[in-house]
Amino acid sequence: MRLPPLTRRALPLLGFLVPLGATFLWLALTTGPLAPVLVTLTTVTADTITPTLFGIGTLEARYTYRIGPTFAGRVSRVEVQVGERVKAGQLLGEMDPVDLDDRVAAQEAAQRRAEAGIEAARAQTDDARARREFATAQVKRYEQLLLAKTASEDSVEAKRQESLVAKAGLQAAQANLASAEQELNRVRAEHEALVTQRANLRLLAPVDALVVSRDAEPGSTLVAGQAVVEVIDAEQLWVNARFDQLGAGGLAAGLPARVSLRSQPLLIHAGEVGRVEPRADAVTEELLAKIVFAPLPDPLPRLGELAEVTVLLAPLPPTPWVPNAALHRRDGQLGVWRLEDNAPRFVPVERGVADRDGRVQIRSGLSVGDAVVAHSRSPLGPHSRVQVVASLPGVPQ
Amino acid sequence: MISLAGRDILHAWGKFVFTGLGLGLLIGVTLSMAGIYRGMVDDAEILLDNSGADLWVVQRDTLGPYAESSSLQDDLYRGILTLPGVARAANVTYLTMQVGQGDRERRAMVVGVVPGGPGEPGQPRFLVAGRHITQGHYEAVADLATGFRLGEQIRIRRNLYSVVGLTRRAVSSGGDPMVFIPLKDAQEAQFLKDNDAIVHQRQRTLANPALNRPGQPGVLEAVLASQTVNSSVNAILVRVAPGADPDAVAGEIRRWKRLTVHTRAEMNEILQAKLIATSARQIFMFLVILSVVSAAIVAFIIYTLTLGKIREIAVLKLIGTRNRTIAAMILWQALGLGAIGFMVGKIAASLWAPIFPKYVLLLPGDAARGFGIVMIICVLASLIAIRAALRVDPAEAIGG
Repeated sequence: MRLPPLTRRALPLLGFLVPLGATFLWLALTTGPLAPVLVTLTTVTADTITPTLFGIGTLEARYTYRIGPTFAGRVSRVEVQVGERVKAGQLLGEMDPVDLDDRVAAQEAAQRRAEAGIEAARAQTDDARARREFATAQVKRYEQLLLAKTASEDSVEAKRQESLVAKAGLQAAQANLASAEQELNRVRAEHEALVTQRANLRLLAPVDALVVSRDAEPGSTLVAGQAVVEVIDAEQLWVNARFDQLGAGGLAAGLPARVSLRSQPLLIHAGEVGRVEPRADAVTEELLAKIVFAPLPDPLPRLGELAEVTVLLAPLPPTPWVPNAALHRRDGQLGVWRLEDNAPRFVPVERGVADRDGRVQIRSGLSVGDAVVAHSRSPLGPHSRVQVVASLPGVPQ
Repeated sequence: MISLAGRDILHAWGKFVFTGLGLGLLIGVTLSMAGIYRGMVDDAEILLDNSGADLWVVQRDTLGPYAESSSLQDDLYRGILTLPGVARAANVTYLTMQVGQGDRERRAMVVGVVPGGPGEPGQPRFLVAGRHITQGHYEAVADLATGFRLGEQIRIRRNLYSVVGLTRRAVSSGGDPMVFIPLKDAQEAQFLKDNDAIVHQRQRTLANPALNRPGQPGVLEAVLASQTVNSSVNAILVRVAPGADPDAVAGEIRRWKRLTVHTRAEMNEILQAKLIATSARQIFMFLVILSVVSAAIVAFIIYTLTLGKIREIAVLKLIGTRNRTIAAMILWQALGLGAIGFMVGKIAASLWAPIFPKYVLLLPGDAARGFGIVMIICVLASLIAIRAALRVDPAEAIGG
């Protein structure tokens, strides 16, 4: 078959067919599986990497005091409201003493009675001592009379017996006095115990503090250990932060930290790691640390508020790095696609630490100046045709 | 022999070109439909590829995270890691939900992944922009199809996440784009109750004397704390060690951990046979109907074109042109139309494919098969026209 000679009439048809064929070919080669994979490259450079750790936590008070009665009772009055600042020793509330005041009065009376008992015992002692002295003197006189044969042996014996009786009477009186003194001590101690108990019903602030909750109102009955008010040391707030155990080995006390509170996400507060808890959370697989503010924000942040914490670890000396987007795992090996003669080749690498911006330290496998694939439009393989572009089309920049 | 077909086409090239264009658009629709079918199958496969897993460990007697809801304790993976043949195991959660950005919302599949670095099971396979998640909280890698940009803040439940990376073709089996976020945030988004529910639950607990016991402070707090904690995940993605047999490892996990395990082949079967089977069958039915309609229309067009020049054919016969020449003219014109139509159709399908809300995958193999089918249809369609042309009485050229 012979095609008709190219005439003027054929031009419009060719004008349609040629662009159509060209478009068809172009689309076949640029879209679909036949098209080369578009990639962007990055060059391995050496730079300082500052690894960071990111954690979240809640704001807590370092010292919390839950103030309540030491035994069951009814709340008589509560003197403070939530949000008030109190001084050390200030009265916060009081428990109902019930019959305690009457018992104190009874103990006072008992104490006075014991004092009177001492007086009586002392008088009895004096009386017995006087009797004994007289009886002793009588014995001496009758013994002299016996020598002079003016008194009988019987009367002397009688005086001696009287003297012994007087001595025994004195001893009994002295024992009575000691007993009365011990009784006074007992009654006094009981009185003091009741007074202490009475004072214990007064709920006092242990330190300068901020009242954060008022858990019972007058009239409520509480058991021992239940709180009437809760106060905190408002100068000592910290963030109880949790860090994923993965890569958190460098977490240590004293590292600088940045704290951002949920209520003010854009405001960054300075702080530092106060301490790293010796015990990690086994269930959530997180390390726990306390982040202290330096200085404390004003106004005071709210307890229990969520906080984001970024801890800056010590910067590493300049080291080769690649963005983490360039790393891929292939057949169990971690590596990057390096471009060699415009063909991708998978190069296994050993990674080190990474920072928050996704820069990963490369310990081995790459050297400074190597060109590696940063992003690709589809997964790469060893036989992929690639085309390097400055930025992937269709990706919003 | 002079090409009658060429001469005839040149004679009325406008008609020919426009017919080819119309036919091409029809073929384009058919190719697109085939592309949609392929796209659905590809979506399912991509989902499995993206997970980077060889085995899916899920709740007992469930079909796994994609086809059925599954809930596992999040510390089970440690036991699985100790089994021989297991190289890596990572928790993962999947939840299709609305993701907000400013005033607009997008439906997306939120994937909670352990931020263990690139290449870990569950992590996005490759990025087209930005970086992988580095923080344990509040960062997201989104698929391009979500329309989110790098640096944007997106809202998932009550938290805001920064978009730090973009992927391409990370989609669920239903075609919803994926948004990868750290696992702990995803667990919270999926399992933690909303604030109203928590407040209501608190009130109910307070009113329950068995839980709010008088004289036992601390019990209530403990009960409330236990109500707001959930440590579940949807599945554990397992990658077997090089050289290990996935079926054997799956058998070990089933036997000793008493969990259901799906291998890649089983998961593919679940996705293909159970999840997308109905939609795929519908698309396939449309494809068949469209193919039949296209074939019929090609036949009509060629038949009409032939009938349009019946007088000229009669003249040709009258001057003694052989039947073979006339038949070749019609056949070549039909094949030419088919070729133009196919090219226009392929171009049209390639150009409008990205605009479709569904993923359209145009495979070169499909295009080749389509070309072959178009050509066969054209040949068959031209047979009717040829038969009509050959039966023309040369006298019509004069008598007409």
